Amino acid sequence: MPDATLTNEEIRRYSRHLILPEFGMAAQRQLKQGSVLLIGAGGLGSPLALYLAAAGVGHLGIVDFDTVDESNLQRQIAHGTSTVGVNKALSARRRIADLNPHVEVTVIDEPISSENALALMQPYQVIIDGTDNFPTRYLTNDAAVLLKKPNIYGSIFRFEGQATVFWPDRGGPCYRCLYPEPPPPGLVPSCAEGGVLGVLPGVIGTIQATEAIKILTGTGEPLIGRLMLYDALTMRFRELRLRRNPACPVCGDQPNITELIDYQQFCGIVPEPAAASDEITPPAVAAWLTRDDRPFLLDVREANEWEIGHIAGAVRISVNELVNRLNELDSAVEMVVYCRSGVRSGRAVEMLRQAGFRKVQNMAGGILRWSAEVDPSIPQY
Amino acid sequence: MAVTVTIPTALRQYAAGQAAISIASGTIGEVLQGLVDAHPQLGRQLYNEQQQLRSFVNVYVGDEDIRYLQGLATPVPDGETVSIIPAIAGGVVRDA
Ligand SMILES: [Zn+2]
Repeated sequence: MPDATLTNEEIRRYSRHLILPEFGMAAQRQLKQGSVLLIGAGGLGSPLALYLAAAGVGHLGIVDFDTVDESNLQRQIAHGTSTVGVNKALSARRRIADLNPHVEVTVIDEPISSENALALMQPYQVIIDGTDNFPTRYLTNDAAVLLKKPNIYGSIFRFEGQATVFWPDRGGPCYRCLYPEPPPPGLVPSCAEGGVLGVLPGVIGTIQATEAIKILTGTGEPLIGRLMLYDALTMRFRELRLRRNPACPVCGDQPNITELIDYQQFCGIVPEPAAASDEITPPAVAAWLTRDDRPFLLDVREANEWEIGHIAGAVRISVNELVNRLNELDSAVEMVVYCRSGVRSGRAVEMLRQAGFRKVQNMAGGILRWSAEVDPSIPQY
Repeated sequence: MAVTVTIPTALRQYAAGQAAISIASGTIGEVLQGLVDAHPQLGRQLYNEQQQLRSFVNVYVGDEDIRYLQGLATPVPDGETVSIIPAIAGGVVRDA
């Protein structure tokens, strides 16, 4: 544990905390001795990392194995143009080194898994969930419950966000009390499909940071047992009550999950069998489109994505509407399906095959790869 | 006599883009049925094949989860707000 004494320099730096009557030297020393593990240094993780560092939390662990991409910078404010291509945890540490050199940052540039989660979390007082996928959410939840640590949850989608503190050890619920099971893959759209307003993770991330600071210093009333909902479009905050479920499999009275499980399997994610015959490369599609037996080209993205750019001659039916609009398609005609990166179109191909379409192929890599390999005038987004 | 059902962003595409829908009051089961009658595509999102509410969709009357009230038999008084809150994964948004 670091020395809790504040140097004169630190006293100058934190003076606006120190003169808060409810905060003062005692709380600032607790922050200095405090430790927080951030799972994810993206949209939520960025404001979290910056505010927790600025506030003087002594030790931050940052888990992220992704690298900074240009399209992250619309919202991931811990990173910058100069760190595009750099590991996100490392990029955040560089920014923090300038913001507050008194903070020790541990970079964990590997994925969190059932094998390493308990060991990774053990040294930290507070866990913050800023992940983007259900397997990691359930993994983070279960590990935090087993370690009796608070798990500060935040989630965003387009213009909406949610936040709460899961802490069964203090009588509150956990994520499984709220949602015992995840949606099957494909039923709920992911963020990559939906987009997100850049300032939204700022609002939710700073709520999470506020809760972390309150928990570390024992200040105020934590957001336990309440789900904060935020809607940026109507600019409304609402609160729903959350209760611990006595029958919860992990935090209930008789839990049956007492160690970490296989979360990919739990979330119904099975490794995709390589079905090469289902896929066709963009250059092969381009060549095919010049021939007389040209295929029907189906774009399964949303209208706003279509507006950014599309392949000439394509017809657009969103993957979400596809099941209701199959009658508009001809199963006798060869068809190539594309989306942005090939994920949604892969799902569409799967759906079409189940509906009896045999002559369907997925354009590998989507319009991103089309832009890279066929037509650079189509913007990447 | 009606209640307001708020539709979360993720499900608005199945409800003609609406953020809130007015439905005749009754039990929450009746209110949700009224909602699905008006917007049949919501049915698959809310209910599984056994016609039970999906485990990743929570329904609140006011600020209380119906699982801790009387489930689908919970009465919804006139003017009350019903919220549908599905699990959302998002946090870090994948750009790749
Ligand atoms: Zn629980």
